[in-house]
Amino acid sequence: MANVTATEPSPSRSFWAGIGQGRHVIGIVFMLPAAVFLLFFLTYPLGLGVWLGFTDTRIGRAGEFIGLENYQSLMGDSLFWLVVFNTILYTVAASILKFGLGLWLALLLNENMPFKAFFRAVVLLPWVVPTVLSAIAFWWIFDSQYSIISWALIKMELISAPINFLGDVANARASVIAANVWRGIPFVAISLLAGLQTISPSLHEAATLDGATNWQRFRYITLPMLSPIIAVVMTFSVLFTFTDFQLIYVLTRGGPLNSTHLMATLSFQRAIPGGSLGEGAAIAVAMIPFLLGAILFSYFGLQRRKWQQGGAD
Amino acid sequence: MATVDIRGVKKAYGATAVIHGVDVSIRDGEFVVLVGPSGCGKSTLLRMIAGLENITGGQILIGNRVINEMPPKERDIAMVFQNYALYPHMTVGANMGFSLKLRKAPQAEIESRVQRAAEILNLTKLLDRYPRQLSGGQRQRVAMGRAIVRDPQVFLFDEPLSNLDAQLRVQMRTEIKELHQRLKTTTVYVTHDQIEAMTMADKIVVMHDGIVEQIGAPLDLYDKPANQFVAGFIGSPSMNFVKGKVRLGADPRLVTDSGVEMPLPAAPGLTDGRAVVYGLRPEHIRLDPQGVPATVVVTEPTGSEILVVARLGSAGQKGQEITCLFRERLSFAPGEVIHIAPQPGLTHLFDEATGNRL
Ligand SMILES: Nc1ncnc2c1ncn2[C@@H]1O[C@H](COP(=O)(O)OP(=O)(O)OP(=O)(O)O)[C@@H](O)[C@H]1O
Ligand SMILES: [Mg+2]
Repeated sequence: MANVTATEPSPSRSFWAGIGQGRHVIGIVFMLPAAVFLLFFLTYPLGLGVWLGFTDTRIGRAGEFIGLENYQSLMGDSLFWLVVFNTILYTVAASILKFGLGLWLALLLNENMPFKAFFRAVVLLPWVVPTVLSAIAFWWIFDSQYSIISWALIKMELISAPINFLGDVANARASVIAANVWRGIPFVAISLLAGLQTISPSLHEAATLDGATNWQRFRYITLPMLSPIIAVVMTFSVLFTFTDFQLIYVLTRGGPLNSTHLMATLSFQRAIPGGSLGEGAAIAVAMIPFLLGAILFSYFGLQRRKWQQGGAD
Repeated sequence: MATVDIRGVKKAYGATAVIHGVDVSIRDGEFVVLVGPSGCGKSTLLRMIAGLENITGGQILIGNRVINEMPPKERDIAMVFQNYALYPHMTVGANMGFSLKLRKAPQAEIESRVQRAAEILNLTKLLDRYPRQLSGGQRQRVAMGRAIVRDPQVFLFDEPLSNLDAQLRVQMRTEIKELHQRLKTTTVYVTHDQIEAMTMADKIVVMHDGIVEQIGAPLDLYDKPANQFVAGFIGSPSMNFVKGKVRLGADPRLVTDSGVEMPLPAAPGLTDGRAVVYGLRPEHIRLDPQGVPATVVVTEPTGSEILVVARLGSAGQKGQEITCLFRERLSFAPGEVIHIAPQPGLTHLFDEATGNRL
């Protein structure tokens, strides 16, 4: 018995021995900068935000812990609920459009066509332009007097008066969604294009010989093989859209009648111009469950399929 | 089950022609192997039969119908790809039944046909697995299963065994041959491995740089290669070629540049001094004390046989190297002089300029 213990050191002893031998130490040393970085720039602000949500902090005045009071008042705040509805509408509509158009664009770009590289580069443009800049461009496009869309439609004699893009509830919602879709499509299209290119052409050839039509090849080969990438891309797209701020802030500031106010813009408005840091933080924290829900949905529902897992059973 | 006729088929990618007029006619139920070195256009020809490539010129007929313009799904052919092209997101069973599902066959029929194919190929236990969970040989069998479930007019195989290890390749070779004997479906099989071609084919089509060099039964190609290319391609180890000039007389001889003399078989059209290439298979060389002297360079014993690379001529002469294959247990030291002679009647003569058989 004694012999056995002598020759086989206990796990904890070998662990410490390993550390002493330097491999673990070096590993930890290498991880340290990243860990410190994460701690200070991610965990600390996040923790501070959550904490602020439980206080009545105002700008220039340290607050006190007030428990769930901020959240309780939000529950009874009809503007908050309108904003939640707006955010969900904005996210769902924009994501569906981005997915549909992005996939369509990716499929087009995956075909053999002249100037392929050029078109692929062009598609990236909306993504390359800074959001604020493109938002200002859209501001002009959606201008109630000088809108190029209204001008073109009037010239084509389809309408008689300029469209009030940002002044009408339904129009304003559609307009900000359109701007967001325009901006988000490159990400979706290029990511899906990368996914499409990993599908071996011989699978399509095999399916063609098996008698599949173009639609059936899309339905039974392309779509299922693309689904892991779709899951990842759409998760990110939903996260970006749900937390969108810049476009709205430049285009409408939430108006008209708060119809385009999103959770991010409301949070900012209450916290900075309004001064109620605590309440603004609470609104921001209220976004977390929705985002977690989106992540979990894609993680468990779509992302990793059985056929992707290698190895024997 | 159908005949396949390839008539004057040409293929060009833009300005580069890769197939320059190929004629092959394949009988119903025949197993035809297209063989040739890499890049000679075998896959291209096969893909034109399948409908995956356009036909630039000529005609292809399946069962007497011109199929040049017919879309692949109407050609009723099944193809096994080199990389198998199994659908990774479908189980083995779903892979095999996919074509029937697309045809909207009833579920019961799909199941029974998949089951039958699985029994033939020994895949019954694997039907619920995904391709990633299979070994290379099993994947290969699933790919064949996908083809036989459809019961097509023609099977096309594009180097189906080249991703397998040597032992499995031999085993699958036998299985494919057995399968063909059982199903008797017309088959076109592409390979660059001449042993595969020899062992499996009813008929071999030897291709080279986009043209057909020779078509014939395996043993005919071996016994009577039409030209130097086929002679060198068919048979392993490959045929020795000795260049020389004809010296007619009572005892006709071939005289090489280095002065070595070899006995010459009678052939029509031989004139004194004509430049020819003398072809001699390694396995058709025997030891003969009265034969031509040759200096041993390397020996490669494999147990059942021994390969001897020797330089024609005695020690000082810088003759050409030739390979000899002996079935006896022999051992030679490098530098040793042996005497060899071709087995009478088993030599070949080619014109030096054209490479054609004389
Ligand atoms: N898309 C293409 N564009 C231009 N040339 C091509 C194309 N596809 C094939 N080729 C050319 O056609 C010739 C025949 O190709 P193919 O794939 O049929 O060869 P192969 O006989 O199957 O060779 P391997 O044994 O290596 O598979 C090659 O020289 C190749 O370079
Ligand atoms: Mg090939």
